[in-house]
Amino acid sequence: MTSLILEIMYIMAGIILIMLGIATLVKSKDFISSGFWLIFGIIFTFGKYLPPSWVGALLVFLAGLSATKKIKKTTFHEASAQEKQERSQAIGLKIFIPALSIAIITFLIAKFTPLGGLVGLGVASILSLFLALIITKSHSRYIANDTLSLLQQMGPVLILPQLLSSLGALFVKVDLGTFITQSMVSLIPENNRLVGVMIYCVSMALFTIIMGNAFAAFAFITAGIGYPFVIALGGNPVIVSALGLTAGYCGTLMTPMAANFNILPATVLEMNNKSLIILTQLPIALIMLALHITLMYFWAF
Amino acid sequence: MLKLIGVLIIIIGFILKLDAIAVVVISGLATGLAGGLSLEDIFSTLGNAFVQTRYVSVTVLTIPVIALLERNGLRETAGRVIMKIHNATCGGILSLFVLMRTVTVALSILISGPVQFVRPVIFPMAKAAAERRKPLSDKLNDQVKAMASAMENYGNFFGQNIFIASSGVLLIVGTLQELGIEIDPYHVAMACIPMGISSVVLASIQNIFFDLFLKKRGY
Repeated sequence: MTSLILEIMYIMAGIILIMLGIATLVKSKDFISSGFWLIFGIIFTFGKYLPPSWVGALLVFLAGLSATKKIKKTTFHEASAQEKQERSQAIGLKIFIPALSIAIITFLIAKFTPLGGLVGLGVASILSLFLALIITKSHSRYIANDTLSLLQQMGPVLILPQLLSSLGALFVKVDLGTFITQSMVSLIPENNRLVGVMIYCVSMALFTIIMGNAFAAFAFITAGIGYPFVIALGGNPVIVSALGLTAGYCGTLMTPMAANFNILPATVLEMNNKSLIILTQLPIALIMLALHITLMYFWAF
Repeated sequence: MLKLIGVLIIIIGFILKLDAIAVVVISGLATGLAGGLSLEDIFSTLGNAFVQTRYVSVTVLTIPVIALLERNGLRETAGRVIMKIHNATCGGILSLFVLMRTVTVALSILISGPVQFVRPVIFPMAKAAAERRKPLSDKLNDQVKAMASAMENYGNFFGQNIFIASSGVLLIVGTLQELGIEIDPYHVAMACIPMGISSVVLASIQNIFFDLFLKKRGY
């Protein structure tokens, strides 16, 4: 049951992506951008029925399209600032109801039914959309246009978390985790939980500082260090991995590599000292990292 | 040793700000080849994993709701809610903002436009509150901007994974699945609550110190 509903949700998401591809093609005749969204949508919709090696080949092709740096943001018609202000005044605080209902319905379904959080999200999205239509009294014809416009703003990086999870599969296939583990064994005293926790959290932060992206660090640090040195010693995998990722976020707060969080706002706000955001965040980031280590050590075991 | 080439490619690729999608796929190809897999094996491992982890991108389904609400002034309304507070100190406004940002991102609201929100709403309010006695020096003006941006980041980072279907939570579930451990996104989201609360508390302490710092200089 759950897997059937999930498959339907993937097909719906795939159709949204395919629509974006078609709309981009019609609007701007841009074959590279529309090709990217079309292929992403096709993998989503038909992925289960395609031979895996074809999907892999399509992903390589997608990467090629992305590497051309020619995927552009086609602009769709958006509501003007004045229009938004007027609607905001007319609707008032009620506008938060459909926004809150996504999380609340997802939570309720995850907590009280056997269907799980993912199905919950799908159901919540559809119900909230109806709720949003009723409360805002908007015409449903705006939905397609505004959805595509928002997806365009998010851009091709939308695919990145899923791609990084898949990269993890290749790391596992070639036993990379075992390899990193074996080379670390000489450095880390075995069976020492505290040292394991410290090394895992600090490497997450450190690699995020170097790379500017905690998601990218997460897959291989967790396979190579988090799993063998913390989870394998009896650490609760849910707590260890949840805290592991946010330990990486402490690194994000400290690095100019995460330009869209730490440098871009300085430009947008016209700051004279472009590194002031990082300096401001530094003490909090370090305290948070220490908190992560402490909490993981006491809570996961 | 050669197997590490994929990790190396990821690190260098992200440092050089090369196209992230291409970097990840190339890293996968290199890892597979170095590990002695055939091209066909690599394609099917990658393709199979990508199809199995489609749930990581399922957040796409929430976008129609958010898009419709943004057309109807969701962000503008949030701005007006904050504007209602007249007597707060600069740090008080920033603390309220970090609390609101954490709670809303944990509920998956306001997914887009942090920069558009800090500049037109939060910074002007924080500045106005700091300037009740005299105008801010250039240096302190910069500091207020930095504080506002920092609050945006604290709230966004440590609040986002409290939402069950955030991409961070789904990445965690996907990564552990590849390691052979099945976990429920609901439990991951719950495990992220303590750090969400800690970051709001720490941020508020930083804001209290900032208020004291301003007061000492006669603001």
